Amino acid sequence: MSYQWNWGVFLQPSASGDDTYLGWMLAGFKMTIALSLTAWVLALLLGALIGVLRTVPNKALAGFATGYVELFRNVPLLVQLFIWYFVLPELLPASIGDAYKQSNPMLQQFLASMVCLALFTSARVAEQVRSGINSLPKGQKNAGLALGFTLPQTYRFVMLPMAFRLVVPPLTSEFLNIFKNSAVCSTIGLMELAAQGRQLVDYTAQPYESFIAVTLSYIAINVVVMTLMHKFERRIAVPGYIGGK
Amino acid sequence: MIKIANVSKHYGDFKVLTDCTTRVSKGEVIVVCGPSGSGKSTLIKCVNGLEPFQSGEIIVDGTSVGDPKTNLSKLRARVGMVFQNFELFPHMSITENLAIAQTKVLKRGKDEAMDKGLKLLDRVGLKAHAHKFPGQLSGGQQQRVAIARALAMDPICMLFDEPTSALDPEMVNEVLDVMTELAQEGMTMMCVTHEMGFAKRVAHRVIFMDQGRIVEDDKKDVFFSNPRSERAQQFLAKILHH
Repeated sequence: MSYQWNWGVFLQPSASGDDTYLGWMLAGFKMTIALSLTAWVLALLLGALIGVLRTVPNKALAGFATGYVELFRNVPLLVQLFIWYFVLPELLPASIGDAYKQSNPMLQQFLASMVCLALFTSARVAEQVRSGINSLPKGQKNAGLALGFTLPQTYRFVMLPMAFRLVVPPLTSEFLNIFKNSAVCSTIGLMELAAQGRQLVDYTAQPYESFIAVTLSYIAINVVVMTLMHKFERRIAVPGYIGGK
Repeated sequence: MIKIANVSKHYGDFKVLTDCTTRVSKGEVIVVCGPSGSGKSTLIKCVNGLEPFQSGEIIVDGTSVGDPKTNLSKLRARVGMVFQNFELFPHMSITENLAIAQTKVLKRGKDEAMDKGLKLLDRVGLKAHAHKFPGQLSGGQQQRVAIARALAMDPICMLFDEPTSALDPEMVNEVLDVMTELAQEGMTMMCVTHEMGFAKRVAHRVIFMDQGRIVEDDKKDVFFSNPRSERAQQFLAKILHH
């Protein structure tokens, strides 16, 4: 094979002239981080809420939450992204839809990607939270209620603090997934890390360097996430309990 | 204090409680016993509304438990309950376990709640463990903390749901001693337990249940010396000879 390795490609001025190819990669890196983190915060909040609702005695609320989870986890991520980006603006009232379509295309891509990743991931977070709540001994809820706590207080002070501790490891996986899933958003033109990598190939014909850099960047992000989550897990460990001293 | 009148409960076709009637007066100590599956735990959980029931009536200190208009949280805050598996909150230190319901439910100040908690912890002989977490205590110690936690709410009566069944034999007495002391101080108590020694020592009345019915409801002496029903005689013969 006569491939011309050229790691210096990253320092060459880019085709747009105002940056290096390394600058392109960094821009993609930042976009991936910004997209994944905002989507993760939303997913965590929404997922926690939906997960709790799935366990409450009120049948209507629990049913709504079940429907939500089934909807967002049974449709492929790519299809959901296309719906958010291509279909939904057409379904909005004309005035809002038009205003949206005339806004900055990058903003449109970012918003559609963020909402899509957030809702998709929230359904998965909700399932983790629900399993955490259901794995608590049933007596814990009774003990909270017997002390005079209302049901919301029992969730807040008794059940959720333990349930969340139990699901930190699976939530770590979801946190890692959201960074990896964000690469799907390159399909609607969002210039995140994977998209920048492909663009670099188009302009330089150096695919190996480009995709090795992209791969290492994803690994670097997730090593940081894993390290932080392990630290977090140790900090919230309960003494005398699983994972505690 | 507690009036249970014609209470029945069923899951589908399965009858858990059938027409249960009894009462507990102020200062009285009642022991509820019977074979497993006889409905003892279900009955005691009906008293503070942890288990719903379909018919009959339970009145606790003038409040109807089954009435949908009753504020159950408010009622439960005045009825102490101790569980078979202790059910301390594992993520809180012992002092936090003792203080949290006082501050969040009774709206007591932090210092007041702490003081009260520590006083009760001292009473059950565990003051030295105040800073620890539940997972660092033995079963008997955890159950004593759980009793202190219930007492911290200044309950008008206490419900015990097999408080010693999950304990190592060595630890049963430390919990029974606390309960005995409480009974002697005049606390109104309803205890589901198999500890017949405890029943003989402090109970005023013994209720014997079988298949969801209250089969005997006698003064302690009558129950132990001369139980009327054959089922209670069999039960006592089996558990008393060792």
